Amino acid sequence: MTTTEKPQEFNVVGTRPIRHDGVDKVLGRALYGADIRLASMIYGAVLRSPHAHAKITRIDTSKAEAMPGVFAVMSGKDMPLVASGALDLGETVDDTAFTSDRIMAHSKVVYKGHPVAAVAAIDSNTGLEALKLIEVEYEVLKPVITLEDAMAPGAIVIHEGLIGSDLGEQVKNTNIAVHNRLEFGDPEAAFDQSKTVIERTFIISRAHQGYIEPHASTAFWAPDGKITVWTTTQAPFGVRKTISALLNQPLSNIKVTPTEIGGGFGGKIPVYLEPLAAVLSKKAGRPVKIQMDRRAVFEASGPGPGGTVKVKMGVDDKGKITAATADIRYGAGAYPGASIGAAASGIFACYEVPNVRVDSYDIVINMSKTAAYRAPGTPQATFASETLVGELCEIIGMDPMEFHLLNASKEGTRRPDGPLFPRVGNEGCLLAIKGSDHFKSTLEPSAEGKLRGRGMASGYWNGIGNKSSVTINVNEDGLVSLIEGNPDIGGTRTTIAMQAAEILGLPAEDVHPAVGDTDSIGYSDLTAGSRTTYATGTAAIEAARMVIDEMKKRVAMIWETEYENIEHIDGMFISKVAPDQKFTFKEAAGKLGQTGGPVALTGTVNVRGSGGGSFGTHLVDVEVDPDTGKVEILRYTAAQDAGKAVHPSYVEGQFQGGAVQGIGWALNEEYYTSEDGVMINSTFLDYRMPTSLDVPMIDTIIVEVPNVNHPFGVRGIGETSIVPPAPAVANALADAIGARLYQTPMNPGRILEALAAKQSGK
Amino acid sequence: MHPYQYIPATNITEAVSALARYGNRARILAGGTDLLVQLRGERYELDAVVDAKAIPELVELTLDGGLTIGAAVPCYQVYENLAIAAAFPGIIDAASLIGGIQIQSRASLGGNLCNSTPSADGICPLIVHSGVVTITGVDGTRTMPVEEFSTGPGRNALGNGEMLISINLPKPAAHFGAAYQRFIPRNEMDIAVVGVASAITLDATGQKVESARIALASVGPTPIFAKQASEFLAGQTATEETFAKAGAIASTEATPISDMRGTIKQRHHLVEVLTRRTLVQAVRRARGNA
Repeated sequence: MTTTEKPQEFNVVGTRPIRHDGVDKVLGRALYGADIRLASMIYGAVLRSPHAHAKITRIDTSKAEAMPGVFAVMSGKDMPLVASGALDLGETVDDTAFTSDRIMAHSKVVYKGHPVAAVAAIDSNTGLEALKLIEVEYEVLKPVITLEDAMAPGAIVIHEGLIGSDLGEQVKNTNIAVHNRLEFGDPEAAFDQSKTVIERTFIISRAHQGYIEPHASTAFWAPDGKITVWTTTQAPFGVRKTISALLNQPLSNIKVTPTEIGGGFGGKIPVYLEPLAAVLSKKAGRPVKIQMDRRAVFEASGPGPGGTVKVKMGVDDKGKITAATADIRYGAGAYPGASIGAAASGIFACYEVPNVRVDSYDIVINMSKTAAYRAPGTPQATFASETLVGELCEIIGMDPMEFHLLNASKEGTRRPDGPLFPRVGNEGCLLAIKGSDHFKSTLEPSAEGKLRGRGMASGYWNGIGNKSSVTINVNEDGLVSLIEGNPDIGGTRTTIAMQAAEILGLPAEDVHPAVGDTDSIGYSDLTAGSRTTYATGTAAIEAARMVIDEMKKRVAMIWETEYENIEHIDGMFISKVAPDQKFTFKEAAGKLGQTGGPVALTGTVNVRGSGGGSFGTHLVDVEVDPDTGKVEILRYTAAQDAGKAVHPSYVEGQFQGGAVQGIGWALNEEYYTSEDGVMINSTFLDYRMPTSLDVPMIDTIIVEVPNVNHPFGVRGIGETSIVPPAPAVANALADAIGARLYQTPMNPGRILEALAAKQSGK
Repeated sequence: MHPYQYIPATNITEAVSALARYGNRARILAGGTDLLVQLRGERYELDAVVDAKAIPELVELTLDGGLTIGAAVPCYQVYENLAIAAAFPGIIDAASLIGGIQIQSRASLGGNLCNSTPSADGICPLIVHSGVVTITGVDGTRTMPVEEFSTGPGRNALGNGEMLISINLPKPAAHFGAAYQRFIPRNEMDIAVVGVASAITLDATGQKVESARIALASVGPTPIFAKQASEFLAGQTATEETFAKAGAIASTEATPISDMRGTIKQRHHLVEVLTRRTLVQAVRRARGNA
């Protein structure tokens, strides 16, 4: 651990209690999206477009409507397109019209798997059979799949209504939704003065989050206009807002209950099924549940974007960076919104770059709209920048660790998008890796003629703060119930409870956390942007402080003294004036009835920014079979700045999970897509995520440089860990095989080709 | 999913008459690890599914020098039998490779054969162990070598009303060894980019090849018996150099396509690599130092 000042003392924070939700999950009692079963519930099924780009010329649902067992059928006319407007979802802002059209096609389908109709039936098989009776006629259009085709002059325009923004200028008839530029200094002049300048172009495949639980939503639209929704989501309040906007219903008529969630990683922020279930429910007068199958998840939910990233970097004779430029182009999918902003601000965040320019493009293509995927946009960009740094170090003959340390961004460094870093853990992570057993070890050559190599890379994710609410109810037995509004995708129920427990002076087990529905807890922004432990934790601290304050008043009443005379130390209420007067929290709680009634208090916060974000550095050893191109990950160490690790086991789990996902991007995961825009490998068999047999135990090092923006110094840590793996693996592969790959996935076929090209001297 | 009749058969006559009645709208259910997935994925529609797991001949597993594997015997029963594992190593390589433990407790080599995909891990080892299949229909029983059973992707020699009863492997000769290896980008839960099974019989000195059989998976419309490479090895000295030559010949017998799992060039190359590697492993086993 690296700390630069005397750390705060904690009783609960920093310990490893058993997770509150563990027993339910181990026993299979936890209720996930698909587990919702209501009286008289019926089952929805969605008819999806077989074409990536086509006009809908006719839909006839009459045969499906007449089928026994079918209760309701809907198509675009039952969910009219809403006007364009801003749909602020907390981390991103979508357009209402595009969202409406994405969820149910109206006049045109723009991606394979685009919903064109839906039914609700007595059981799911009847629903699937009814879909076959719906007649849809299409006028098939040429799909726009590649970025080159989408950007070419005279390109087929996917959305006639799309008004693009090219450096702030409005552009019509385009697929380029946004072209932004960040710039300071004079990169060209600096390149001219540099000792060495290299430029490379990288290609990154779109990659799916691969959460185990497919999307599943249930809705009941009651005759009084109240809409109740149970859904697996990271953003219950975002679901409420989206349904309100898309179905034109009062926000407060809608209640959203988030179920347990089987993985999200950003992919469960967008709304897909909820409005369809609601519309079908209104027609049928019954609750309707809809689930996606895995193919629908791959084809029609939102993976992270693929694209191309061109990077150029110059250094002086000491290896100090003189300038860097990047050109980032992401395929957003069928509607705008690839995460180019974070990509642009993150691509050079690990370095002090005196002259910089980053162009970024958000490009519409005929594939499913991409979504957030763990540090959205940043792993792709960083694959390019950190792999380029690896090659640059080779060329100038400098050790990558020394290069990183020489050029590391630190307090006061200006990030490409403007802000100056506060105190951050970039150097701390580098030094943690430099001091690790792994770094100090020698990579022994293989006894079997395999090729071994070592590589490193750093990465950054800023994250967000935003709005959260936490309610604490003090029960008469002295335990407390804690309600928060953030679905728990990473152990946050426990980490939030632990922060409250720290203030309350209780053990973590005495705080019983629950994720509330949108009617039972104050507004809370989504679980995303590494914000939940950080920002909702801040709300929990706020609520706990309010509880202690109120209980001090109650204790003062009992002891017939002034509030100012009551202290709360190590969980005890103590009188300053009569030191023998003491109450434990439990004793005080038991007397609330006599002193004015229940204590139930809500802390609400709107936390500004992340406090600087979290840096990470990863080190990896790989082994390549030169005959087959197969890669084994031999050893892997991930160091990252947690500010203060609330529950170190969860922090380590986040480091490991992100590393494994990143290894998947690096080695095998890709959307293998036909020219018609059809994903061919839409199964877990052929979409090759790493299994437990494909990765070693990921070693972790928690670096703790306190976050000035959080009472305990906590940083959001959920996302950074997916940023360094792909370039770390790329650099290790280059070390192993003596050739470089510039495209993900770096699969066995591509490695064999690189080896063959090297042998033939190309 | 189209509704179908579930017919639990208790003897062969019941099963074949059900098959004959429904024609190509009926299929045999053994472990169901392919059939049920294909039905749910609507790869085809059936009117009847005939469960064969209660038919005695289909769950028979007998080792009496040779080996009889009933068509519905799950993989785990084959690989957990140590005597079978010692005598038929090529089969064990495959049976312990198909799916994970849960799948292996249901899936059968017979089902793998009847599913007839070119990438089947189970078929090539049966070929190099000189397996012969027994097929029964309403008109009687016939046999054929395993390598003649698959006729195309998902297609095989079973006629209307016919079912696979068992696979029969002859007793291996002295100084016999066999091995199956596949290439997958991951370490488990994957489908062969290329698979190669090799069997070899050495002379008493353990240095010369008396006979060999090589079969290739995932490089043609069916599993391929690499006849030329097999014949080339007879009489050769058992060295890596010889095996590399056999690999080069086997590669010419492969007719792969490029798809999401690999390219033509990559697959030809992998046939060479895996042929060499499986021959080395088979020889090690033949010499008794596996």
